[in-house]
Amino acid sequence: MAKIVVDVMLKPEILDPQGKAVAAALPRLGFTFAKDVRQGKRFEIEVDGEPTAAQLAEVEVAAEKLLSNPVIENFTVRVEK
Amino acid sequence: MKIGVVTFPGTLDDRDAARAVRHAGGEAVALWHNDADLHGVDAVILPGGFSYGDYLRCGAISRFSPVMEPIIKAAQSGMPLLGICNGFQVLAEAHLIPGALTRNHELHFLCRDQTICIENVNTAWTSSFSQGQEIVIPLKNGEGAYMCDDETLAMLEGEGRIIARYVGENPNGSRNLIAGVTNERGNIVGLMPHPEHAIDSLTGPSADGLGFFTSVLKSFISGGVK
Repeated sequence: MAKIVVDVMLKPEILDPQGKAVAAALPRLGFTFAKDVRQGKRFEIEVDGEPTAAQLAEVEVAAEKLLSNPVIENFTVRVEK
Repeated sequence: MKIGVVTFPGTLDDRDAARAVRHAGGEAVALWHNDADLHGVDAVILPGGFSYGDYLRCGAISRFSPVMEPIIKAAQSGMPLLGICNGFQVLAEAHLIPGALTRNHELHFLCRDQTICIENVNTAWTSSFSQGQEIVIPLKNGEGAYMCDDETLAMLEGEGRIIARYVGENPNGSRNLIAGVTNERGNIVGLMPHPEHAIDSLTGPSADGLGFFTSVLKSFISGGVK
């Protein structure tokens, strides 16, 4: 079943101490690939049947109003099969 | 003077805030998050804690609770409103003051006595202090780093809307050492450290915090905020 996925990330200019902590922990485990890590949130929203354009538009509004704080975060909305 | 103190699920400091109000000579009125009635209060305090478990973002859920609707409306028409710690986060989420509070830059939860400098004594909550006065009150937060964009920061600096700054080393990564800010009108103040825990030397590091509560009572006697 398809679901609506909202990804929320801190804006690039906002410091992300959690991402930094993860980036610092990786090399301690022998993983040396990471130049930088940013941590975000993912919301999976289920609706009845296939998401409609109207529902997606509503999710956009909800993402702006509640799921993200536009002062510090960006978000994307997409449908995942 | 009746000062409402809001309790959300997960609020911790409502009792101390109410005690501080009484200590300053006001009448504390308990307000409940699910009751959209302000019970005739003249001012409101959003106390510290972990409302709604800090789920989603600190203050993000509380900001939409029933009691917030009349509070936002009244504050926009000049009612004094103080948000302490989690209350500051609620104010930021409600966009009543600019900026946002994010995770401390060193990630650790902080709990210590903190010196702050009062930089604006023309708000409803700071008029009892003198300009540049340094006070010591507890600071205890996990997400106290004040963030805003450069433009907002310049505006806050230019308009003197930073009401208090941390003195010494930056405890949590706040931009320009910001500990508290006010809105344009000076009736709404958001403050990260806790004046309600410093109202007498028996229970706090000082009695310095009392000034926030006597300020608001004084603002009524002198005929309200400009």
